[in-house]
Amino acid sequence: MDLSSFRPVEAAVTLSVIWIGLGAAGLALARAPRVVTNWVFPAGAAVALALALTGLWAMNAPVSTAVLPAGLPDLPFHVRVDPLSGFFLLLLGGVSFGISLFSAGYFRSTEGSSVGLLTLQYHVFLASMSFVLIADDAYLFMVVWESMALSSYFLVTAEHHNEQNRKAGFIYLLVAHIGAISILLCFGVLHGGHGDYTFEALRAADLNGFWATVAFLLAFFGFGAKAGMLPLHVWLPEAHPAAPSPVSALMSGVMLKTAIYGMVRVIYDLIGGIRWEWGLTVLLFGAATSLFGVLFALMQHDLKRLLAYHSVENIGIILIGIGLSMVFLGSGHPVAAALGLIAGLYHTLNHAVFKGLLFLGAGAILRSTGLRNLNEMGGLIRYLPHTAIYFLIGALAISALPPLNGFVSEWLTFQASLQAPLLESSVVRSLVPIVAAVLALSGALTGMCFVKVYGVAFLGQHRHELSEKPREVSRWERAGMLWLALACFALGLLPVFMIGQLNNVSQALIKAGLSDGAMASGWLWLVPTSSAQASYSPIVFLLVIAVVFALTYLVVRQVYHGRLRRSDPWDCGFPAQTSRMEDSADGFGQPIRQIFAPVFLIHREIPRADDPRPVFKQEVEDRHWHSMYLPIARFTEFLSGHIGKLQQGRISVYLLFSFLTLIALLVFAQ
Amino acid sequence: MKQASDIVFQVLQSVLVVLIAPLVMGWVNQCRAWLQNKSGAGVWQPYRVLNKLFHKDAVLAHNASPLFRSTPYILFGCMWLAVGIVPVLATSLPFAPAADVIALVGLFALARVFVSLAGMDIGTSFGTLGARREMMIGFLAEPAMLMTLFTASLISHSTSLATIVETLGHRELVIYPSMAFAAVAFLMVLLAENARVPIDNPSTHLELTMIHEAMILEYSARHLALIEWATSLKLTAYIAIGIAIFVPWGIAGAGDWAALPVALAALVLKLLAAGAGLALLETVSAKMRIFRAPEFLGTAFMLATLGMLIHFLLER
Amino acid sequence: MDLPFYVQLINLFAALLLLLAFALLTQRRILSLINLFAAQGFVLVLSTLVVAYSTHQSHLYYSALLTLVLKVLLLPWIMHRLIRALNVRWDIETLIDIPATMLIGIVLVIFAFNLAAPISQFAGTITKSTLGIASACILLAFLMMITRRKAVSQVIGFLAMENGLFFAATSATYGMPMVVELGIALDVLVGTLIFGVFFFHIRETFESLDIHHLEKLKER
Repeated sequence: MDLSSFRPVEAAVTLSVIWIGLGAAGLALARAPRVVTNWVFPAGAAVALALALTGLWAMNAPVSTAVLPAGLPDLPFHVRVDPLSGFFLLLLGGVSFGISLFSAGYFRSTEGSSVGLLTLQYHVFLASMSFVLIADDAYLFMVVWESMALSSYFLVTAEHHNEQNRKAGFIYLLVAHIGAISILLCFGVLHGGHGDYTFEALRAADLNGFWATVAFLLAFFGFGAKAGMLPLHVWLPEAHPAAPSPVSALMSGVMLKTAIYGMVRVIYDLIGGIRWEWGLTVLLFGAATSLFGVLFALMQHDLKRLLAYHSVENIGIILIGIGLSMVFLGSGHPVAAALGLIAGLYHTLNHAVFKGLLFLGAGAILRSTGLRNLNEMGGLIRYLPHTAIYFLIGALAISALPPLNGFVSEWLTFQASLQAPLLESSVVRSLVPIVAAVLALSGALTGMCFVKVYGVAFLGQHRHELSEKPREVSRWERAGMLWLALACFALGLLPVFMIGQLNNVSQALIKAGLSDGAMASGWLWLVPTSSAQASYSPIVFLLVIAVVFALTYLVVRQVYHGRLRRSDPWDCGFPAQTSRMEDSADGFGQPIRQIFAPVFLIHREIPRADDPRPVFKQEVEDRHWHSMYLPIARFTEFLSGHIGKLQQGRISVYLLFSFLTLIALLVFAQ
Repeated sequence: MKQASDIVFQVLQSVLVVLIAPLVMGWVNQCRAWLQNKSGAGVWQPYRVLNKLFHKDAVLAHNASPLFRSTPYILFGCMWLAVGIVPVLATSLPFAPAADVIALVGLFALARVFVSLAGMDIGTSFGTLGARREMMIGFLAEPAMLMTLFTASLISHSTSLATIVETLGHRELVIYPSMAFAAVAFLMVLLAENARVPIDNPSTHLELTMIHEAMILEYSARHLALIEWATSLKLTAYIAIGIAIFVPWGIAGAGDWAALPVALAALVLKLLAAGAGLALLETVSAKMRIFRAPEFLGTAFMLATLGMLIHFLLER
Repeated sequence: MDLPFYVQLINLFAALLLLLAFALLTQRRILSLINLFAAQGFVLVLSTLVVAYSTHQSHLYYSALLTLVLKVLLLPWIMHRLIRALNVRWDIETLIDIPATMLIGIVLVIFAFNLAAPISQFAGTITKSTLGIASACILLAFLMMITRRKAVSQVIGFLAMENGLFFAATSATYGMPMVVELGIALDVLVGTLIFGVFFFHIRETFESLDIHHLEKLKER
């Protein structure tokens, strides 16, 4: 192919195929795991970086399409790269660059599946996600969606001798397929019985109001199941902890975002004609999901489960942004809709970056100490100084604290919700402030949760006896975490660049972008609507605090002195300050457990006063299992039990079935 | 030259407020003493305390981490930035566009997270107790404050504090019912966030009743001095925000140098009144049981949300 | 906002009324309930005076006077005497979960506002949006009656409901005919006196004013 026809779509396809090749190479070199981890994974990381650059290119280039020479004879694969796909390719590439670097160090010592198999599954997973983002017809989309689910299933059950992991994998696969069926039905509704299955044809399909709403609901719940939205979130807290840490980072950071991509693509692009009632649905589900996720996260003491629940919460926040955008679009305010869409998409990128960083940090802790339970950690800042710094950056970012990136997207979401006076419907106008209040509440609760996580894990005294002193993780792992931490800073301090790019995405999708006064203030000031209305400059923020920090330090030392001495902590007369005296993770969450008690299902075992060996047990469960999933499971078993009666076991009965079918066909053929 | 004079003004305002913040704290304590029929230590006492603390040697626990050592400076920096953004004397601050009301709330949240982490750093029960309680108060106070500020933002169609003050202060007298709700909620949040009675007793030394004091128990000398100074800065910042939003008359407009003396006099008057009012409120209230505090703040949160609702439904 | 000054004042009083209704919902002490009720009556008097002044309807002045005498002075005084005689003066009753009640309260407010929105489009009086607030006050007072245990607070809820009704009447329809007004006032007065008598009887029979004891009066 000549270079003049090299467009983003060719680049994306080539890079994804290289990934598959790397996976196969990893399997072939399975007997030399050192080669695999030192060469294959870094090569995968380089491919990821190239993919990120392709995505950036695509956001500024015209739309490019291609037809691949693969697929069935009459149903070839169509691929297409437009600004929306470009943005998500940037997300995929950027985040998986860091994660692949981390994996190069992490997978040196793995249990369960061999490294070769793991490499194959890992790179096929990456390639499937990349193809999902560029698929342009329903057939290719479903094929790669399925391969994404399957490869991640194998990754989740990588350590398959643990029964918990097998159960987690089962639930994951089940909910993924329920979602896939819903998406398939949605494509079916869009297809409507004529034309072919390419997205071009689906886009042109003209649906009347009822069928459009049906398609919206199918798409919303299908992609919502994959994204981990309430009430289809139950697989997330099971599957993400079961997978190896880099895979959890990939699943939480990138895979959930492909579901958001699917939602935006199908609802905005293929269905079109958005109604504000749809936006209200998305908004309410988003608000409920975010509050629910963070409340349950506060109850966890398993670090990875806690991070998984936070993913649920952040998906809720993304849905709030997108819901606001849909509400404004449906009421005829495209500029406000652009703001909401940009806020939601920016949070998508931010979450991928800081959640990836946090999961990698959890992986580093697991690698160094073998610990996953917060109640057994403590004082790790002394042994793992680098991990501690990166984890702190991730924790500050997810708590939406300025000047990092989580704050920028929450700020934009609040600005979008403050455009609510534009709406006419008084019901929606009164609900938007409630949603903003819920968003503020979940943001504050996230801060509380990460003070708990960081304080219990890294600060204080060590709670559990370790056989040997933990050592900091290797250079590959640190490089991966450093990349993501730098991305947190870059996205937080220089948001104007990315928002300019997202403006292109919004223009392409809804034919509207931010107002002209918005981006006119230069790279230092973030101004979403007009500078009299709102502005924010994270660099000035950071500069002032840093300058005051330095000046105070120097001035105090100059005017007074800088003498310091060390001694024991203040102990109120008790000489033995053991680790039992500081808060455990569950202890820190006790106020929330008490205040929000009706939300949880708490099982408590309290010993009697005269018990010689008292044991206190407490378990916090999700009500959805008992109220939703178990009844459905029981009903399904009941139904299948009855249908099972068809299996008589006698040949004459089966011949009778064939005979009856033949008679029926003959009757109908007349 | 407008830029240069603006920057000079900005630096002057920041330095001025930072220097008088302990005086505000001293005035509140003095009013409290008078109301309780005591003679009090004088309004200049906080300065003497700061001087004494700066002279001492800093004592740190053996296992204090770099986070513990840098938190007082970070806290001081955050509070300095906060008072640099709030329009105290005039609205033409060049730093003001760097942060709007949402970023201001985020700034206070940043300070709260760092001081809670520092509380958990040493690993004693008091620090973790204080951190847990502080976050329990904070998770409701922060949204309540945000909703209160949103009410003001919705009225002035902007989240920039300078624009809010201009809109609310320079129009003819208009009464906004939603601001009544917002004012009550803001007062409740001010009491909670600054560790005042009825949420927390700033002069207690009983560990089980401490929230703020428990977190900073391990600090001494210059670190403690910076934290105490930052605490009085936070109180001054909150009072300044309240004045800017609810009683903004007197604050000079952008570039209006002639109105500065009036603004200064108005500021002094308002600070005196606010300090005395705060002392009165503290004297007549009793400290609440710790688990009543979330109810108190939940009420503030609901009131603030209600204020926003009333704005949407009444003030179209 | 370019509404005339007195309209803004009425809006302010409406907001204060709603604030007091919420405060009634969340107060624990019976003593402060009575004081809040008196404050609500006072706000009503002020708002009626403003409406009277701005619309030049002199019968509203008498209405305001009646409200002042009855709701700010007489009824609270009767209630104070009652609780002193019943020995429940310093009682604090436990409510059902304050945050949940406040949440339900907010939902009721949104509901009341949306209910009143189409009606207030057609109102021709000076203050259209206060109808929503008045219905919200009535609903909140009703909620207060439901979530209380002691009988005294239920009476206060009943009286607060009547406050909301009165506010709706003055702001939306320039007050009711004087005859109706006097009739309602008399009913309220008599009702309170009868309640007082009942309280003594309840207390004598059950030794407490907790209304759960009334459940013993069922058949089985």
